[in-house]
Amino acid sequence: MFKYIVKRLLISIVILLGVSIIIYTLVRLMPTDFLTQKYAAQLQTNPGFVEQFEKFKEMYGLADNSFGGIMSGYFQWLGNMLKGDMGTSFIYQKPVSSIIGENMWISFAIAAIATVLQFLIAIPLGITSATHQYSVRDYATTVLTMIGISLPTYFFAAIVIKFFAMDLGWFPNTGLVSPSKDFPATFAGTMAKIGDMAHHLVLPIFVSVLLSIGGLMRYTRTNTLEVLNADYIRTARAKGLSERKVIYKHAFRNTLIPLATLLAGILPSLFGGMLITEQVFGINGIGGLAYKALQQGDIPFIMGYNMFLAVLTVIGTLLSDIMYSIVDPRVKLGK
Amino acid sequence: MSDFDKTIEEELPADVAAAPDPTPPEERGEEVTYKEMSPLRLVLRRFFRSRLSIVGLVMIVALFLFSFLGPVVYSRWGEETVDRPDGGAITELTNKYTHNDVSQLGDGVEVEEVIEHVSTDNLLAPPSARHLLGTDDKGMDVFVRLMYGGRISLIIGFIVVILETLIGVLLGGLAGYFGGWVDSVIMRIVDIFNCIPTLPILLIASATIESWELSPDQQIYVLMAFITLFSWSGTARLVRGQILSLREQEFMTATEVMGLSIWRRLFKHLIPNVMPQLIVSMTLGLGSVILYESTLSYLGLGVQLPKAAWGTMIATANDPVILQYHVNMWLPAGVLIVIAVLGFNFVGDGLRDAMDPKAKK
Repeated sequence: MFKYIVKRLLISIVILLGVSIIIYTLVRLMPTDFLTQKYAAQLQTNPGFVEQFEKFKEMYGLADNSFGGIMSGYFQWLGNMLKGDMGTSFIYQKPVSSIIGENMWISFAIAAIATVLQFLIAIPLGITSATHQYSVRDYATTVLTMIGISLPTYFFAAIVIKFFAMDLGWFPNTGLVSPSKDFPATFAGTMAKIGDMAHHLVLPIFVSVLLSIGGLMRYTRTNTLEVLNADYIRTARAKGLSERKVIYKHAFRNTLIPLATLLAGILPSLFGGMLITEQVFGINGIGGLAYKALQQGDIPFIMGYNMFLAVLTVIGTLLSDIMYSIVDPRVKLGK
Repeated sequence: MSDFDKTIEEELPADVAAAPDPTPPEERGEEVTYKEMSPLRLVLRRFFRSRLSIVGLVMIVALFLFSFLGPVVYSRWGEETVDRPDGGAITELTNKYTHNDVSQLGDGVEVEEVIEHVSTDNLLAPPSARHLLGTDDKGMDVFVRLMYGGRISLIIGFIVVILETLIGVLLGGLAGYFGGWVDSVIMRIVDIFNCIPTLPILLIASATIESWELSPDQQIYVLMAFITLFSWSGTARLVRGQILSLREQEFMTATEVMGLSIWRRLFKHLIPNVMPQLIVSMTLGLGSVILYESTLSYLGLGVQLPKAAWGTMIATANDPVILQYHVNMWLPAGVLIVIAVLGFNFVGDGLRDAMDPKAKK
């Protein structure tokens, strides 16, 4: 087991190196160069500025866009990375690691609540639609959740904003706190602020839960159907156990086994933020910041964000493989 | 194959060779207790028994007719025609007024202004008989643009899925069949592409494409190449997994004994056995490619204006006024995306159930 984990971790390093080379090269080829955008006005009005501009470019390490230049930029980035320095964001002039650390938590809060709700809704739905296969209930849940998977995030967000925020006026449509309100630094003020934030987060959480129920529900349904055909379920029924006991005591636990593999996908989505949802609802989580960084060519932040996601994916995959061997003793790790 | 049969037939006594009676069992007076069906017919039968797969199929066929046949039948407006009720005539407005600037000489100056005014485009029109779904903020017919947007989405979807399947089958097949270092190298590459976050990297890639200053048509092709590049890894993994288990089976040992070449064994005997899973993953993949393409278009990085795309049509809803008062501009595009993705998901699910050999009849 230990040997297997060490081997997997070593392979992960190779994978992350490959990922970083591909992303860095593409980012450097991007036309939206941060400095050109920032100094566009000066460059146009003041021809003498070009010299200074070239110096700036050198300072930011963006001067040489040939293959050699990109490679040396990459190794510089890699060297700093190995020393634990993720670089300084061009836009915010702060270390990337501290920006990710500061803004990760709001994304995490949204994703955590959404994930818990998603499990609470999807698993019971999946089980009932499996136990009532081909009934009206099965078809209805299947169709509704499949519509959820098929909706593009931004489109569903637009409908939700139009209906709940504009027509009904129940929820604010953008941001995290009401800009006009002032919260005193007392306990009551803090509680009021948290309440205000919760009010703002209802719609984003609603959107992300509704769009992700489908996958988990289908997964639970398929697993439950498979388990219900197993011999030990027939034995349990033959023993004369009540249907409730058969399903919730014998079948349900075994349907959870394959769910362990879902860990691989959950980890990045928990911490990595939701690019589109945060952008549409104007929330400054890590996903929303990443979108701005992409638009403005903030190379250190883009690199930091993508590598953060890649690391989470690698860890998630490893964890789910280990979990799988723990919950199902027949699975042997290593080889 | 046929030679082989012939030799057997010649060597055997005539009555044994003719053993399988060509007359069907009913005519021989035997009771029919079974019905012979080819595997394909079995699959089709199971597929059409599920109501959802029929619904999905109808949705997709309707969408194809709408986007490929639609513009031919309803050719009143083109993809990029702006509706100018009076033919885009230029009217000249003359505007006379006296300019009294006391600081300069104290005399009034008579100014005659001629303003060239292109006749009003029919912008943001509500749905009517003239424009079934109204016009957008540039005066182009929304209904017709929906058809052209559908063309783009479906074409991109099919080409990307076919390309990624080809790459996935080739690399996954090689990795699964040869194992050893070939497998390790290919699978590490698959892992790398699997770990790259898809949406951010596609945003970066499409921003890069934009700087190459290609024509909108060429841009779409490059975009397809990029979407393929970052989505083939799943297929490769699927094919490899299947082939790993298939290559240990007896029929593969038989091909080895028969001395078939590696390529023949791989592409004639192994890959066809992976086809059921591949077809299912291709169908489901179509939906996700359409979603990616429309997301990129929504963010302004996919199909470029003035070409129509469903994503860019929804993006107009970023303007609160359009979001609130011109629902006809963005809602239909989103509904069509849902129909497309949902249709492919239903058909994919139906095919998976139909092709599952464990399933009853």
